[in-house]
Amino acid sequence: MSDSVAGAAFVVSLVTALAVAYRPLGDYLHAVVTSPRHGRVERAVYRVVGVDPEGEQPWGVYARSVLAFSAVSVLFLYAFLRVQDRLWLSLGLPRVDADGAWNTAVSFTTNTNWQWYSGESTMGHLVQMAGLAVQNFVSAAVGIAVAVALARGLARSRTDLLGNFWVDLVRIVLRVLLPISVVAAIVLIAGGAVQNLSGGFDAHTLVGATQHVTGGPVAGQEAIKDLGTNGGGFYNANSAHPFENPTAWTNWIEIFLLLLIPVALPRTFGRIVGDDRQGYAIVAAMGALALGSIVTLNVVQGMHPGTVPQSVGAATEGTETRFGVFGSATFAAATTLTSTGSVNSFHDSYTAPGGGVTLLNMMLGEVAPGGVGSGLYGMLVLAIVTVFVAGLMVGRTPEYLGKKIGAREIKLASLYFLTTPTLVLVGTATAMALAVGRGAMLNTGAHGLSEVLYAFTSASNNNGSAFAGLSVSGTWYNTALGLVMLLGRFLPMILVLGLAGSLAAQQPVPVSAGTLPTHRPLFVIMLVGVTVILVALTFLPALALGPLAEGVR
Amino acid sequence: MRLPSWIAQHLAALRALLVLTAITGLAYPLALAAVARVPGLAHHADGSAVTANGITVGSARIGQSFTDSDGNALPQYLQSRPSAAGAGYDPTATAASNLGPEDVVDVVDVVDVVDSLPDPTDPTDPADPAGQTDPASGRRSLLTQVCARSLSIGKTEGVDGRRPYCTGSGVGAVLGVFHREGPTGPVTRVVSLNEPCPTAPFLATHGGVRVECARPGQDYARAVVVPVRGNAPGQPVVPADAVTAGASGLDPHISPAYSRIQAPRVAGARGIDVAVVLKIVEEHTAGRALGFLGEPTVDVLAVNLDLDRHHPVRD
Repeated sequence: MSDSVAGAAFVVSLVTALAVAYRPLGDYLHAVVTSPRHGRVERAVYRVVGVDPEGEQPWGVYARSVLAFSAVSVLFLYAFLRVQDRLWLSLGLPRVDADGAWNTAVSFTTNTNWQWYSGESTMGHLVQMAGLAVQNFVSAAVGIAVAVALARGLARSRTDLLGNFWVDLVRIVLRVLLPISVVAAIVLIAGGAVQNLSGGFDAHTLVGATQHVTGGPVAGQEAIKDLGTNGGGFYNANSAHPFENPTAWTNWIEIFLLLLIPVALPRTFGRIVGDDRQGYAIVAAMGALALGSIVTLNVVQGMHPGTVPQSVGAATEGTETRFGVFGSATFAAATTLTSTGSVNSFHDSYTAPGGGVTLLNMMLGEVAPGGVGSGLYGMLVLAIVTVFVAGLMVGRTPEYLGKKIGAREIKLASLYFLTTPTLVLVGTATAMALAVGRGAMLNTGAHGLSEVLYAFTSASNNNGSAFAGLSVSGTWYNTALGLVMLLGRFLPMILVLGLAGSLAAQQPVPVSAGTLPTHRPLFVIMLVGVTVILVALTFLPALALGPLAEGVR
Repeated sequence: MRLPSWIAQHLAALRALLVLTAITGLAYPLALAAVARVPGLAHHADGSAVTANGITVGSARIGQSFTDSDGNALPQYLQSRPSAAGAGYDPTATAASNLGPEDVVDVVDVVDVVDSLPDPTDPTDPADPAGQTDPASGRRSLLTQVCARSLSIGKTEGVDGRRPYCTGSGVGAVLGVFHREGPTGPVTRVVSLNEPCPTAPFLATHGGVRVECARPGQDYARAVVVPVRGNAPGQPVVPADAVTAGASGLDPHISPAYSRIQAPRVAGARGIDVAVVLKIVEEHTAGRALGFLGEPTVDVLAVNLDLDRHHPVRD
């Protein structure tokens, strides 16, 4: 079998597996967020927390609960990082500096998992498992909860209630993320991932040198890192590290895990709004964009344009032998399409068009299929923009799922889409205007700009992957990127919950001849078009100065 | 006394976080660590240690260097890929090079202070760049690293080490071309950017203009960078994985192609037949998982262990 046939078979097998999982997992998620029954452990948790699981919340209260939980998470993680040297299992590592702790606390709470540090030389085992990995679970659950709240807003009418954040949070963690992670972690251990609490061991190599082989509770963190589209690696090398991703088949499983929930959530959405076809339309738009991107990235990495790749004869710089160029490209596409940000190869060394595709994937706003939850709510806001644009074109009253898209809704949707580009472009421009921003670039010229643009795109879209050549461990980048991650996560969330509240309060309008059906291929094509055009118009000038300028030379 | 609602809300959030930390941050990893104790998993979970003669010699998952303390390849061993992890294959500093596809121009640091630099426009200024520069203190471009590795491996293994965009001396074949009107117009001056004086440039003329060697410390930023393809074969003999660093810096594998060109040298150093080496390599070559996942790989440490066990080097 040739390399490219094997690469294609890899993608086809993944798509098939995701298609098979779509209905059962989507239906299961639906059952989890709608079931009236509480488990015994869950009741105990609600008692400790002191909330009434039967009481539903209006959007403002739901949003304040999200913010309160996230604020406490940031502070807790910050404190944890600042005192890690006094705790167990710190491996003798010092406490984390203030700016680094701020950046990491925000990064993991916002599901970004941007890493300015090397895990193996900065974080002790306790901080990794009881600080960072906890946020892998809960930040993923927060994203899913907000998406479910928006779906409820579309499904309900004449109410101000969107569900109970605490119930959604606890159920998603305990009934969805935890069981899948346990199974995935054991599979990864069977493949060769490590799971221990030791500081590792010293090996005496054949040539008489000493090699310190590291330890750690890696497999469990790896499983939720992918499943929750988090991306923060236990080690600096992330999913390229043989202890995180030991074989070609664990590589397949990790890609599957990071696409699993984002792809299945449209099914859950379809079930909540009572029309499965709406879910299919959303997943079709996501799938079209994702497949286009995965295929493009595989093709350009396979063709390996550019001076160094042409000299080498393949785009192998920064890729592992066991994954190969195609197993790396597919992972790179999946991780940037889902806001995961874990990497099994280093995007900085990709071909110019290949690096451009990974950037473009994030600039799409992480909606194809996007992060857990954030991908679905991003795509639903785009669907609302699409019916608005379609309404403008033919003079119909824009409506989505029986809800009128009026001035208030479209204002919230527009603000949603202005947030991230503003953060990306203002952030990049500020960095390029300052000596401290420019000084951190490893590569020069167009590629250097790509590094900075990538950093701010990754942070504001809560992706967390990097053109890792940029030295981001300085105070300026730690502070600025932390701020960008925070605003890029919570401003859109507040707007989405506001939108959900406004939709839930409406009385549904009956379907008429003037209603644009939102489950037909025509709508899917328009949705894809609107997504691409919104991105292209916003980011093309910046891309022209970075990867495009580099690629045309 | 009732707390204000915003404080009560944050206290509830803190309690929720603590409960979830206990479940997902302590119970989950500890339960997994316990499950990982079962036979069959424990070896993996502990890092897949490999022992030989009672000594732990490494991990089956983690690559290592087979060089002497100065970094020179030891001829009796199959060599691993280049590594960007610390000084090479250091699990406490995993990393990739992160150098981009158009990283083609070397930076040669000038050891002397800027004031003492020779003025290249002034012929009376004594210029002895070779004596003033230390190439090791500069930064070699990714292209030059690839070219140098290819040339060196070609020499070691007795095969053709040439590659496109490389000079015969193993640096990136890259010209800095000055035009009269910035990026366009007639060519006024050409510099071979990666060949510091007094090296003779790999090309005598370009566009009818004599090619100069690069003077360290001089700013060639205004030149148009032109990589020169040269006449090396399109499919180089030294395989791609041999001249590029992996992603983790701990890549335990090489491609079957790279192991094949190394076999004669390994056999020579051990005084055994090439076929014997190739057979051991074959035993530690894995095809694609399930026939289509990933790439065929050769486990370098396993091959070298078997070689040492069955065909030790005689002093």
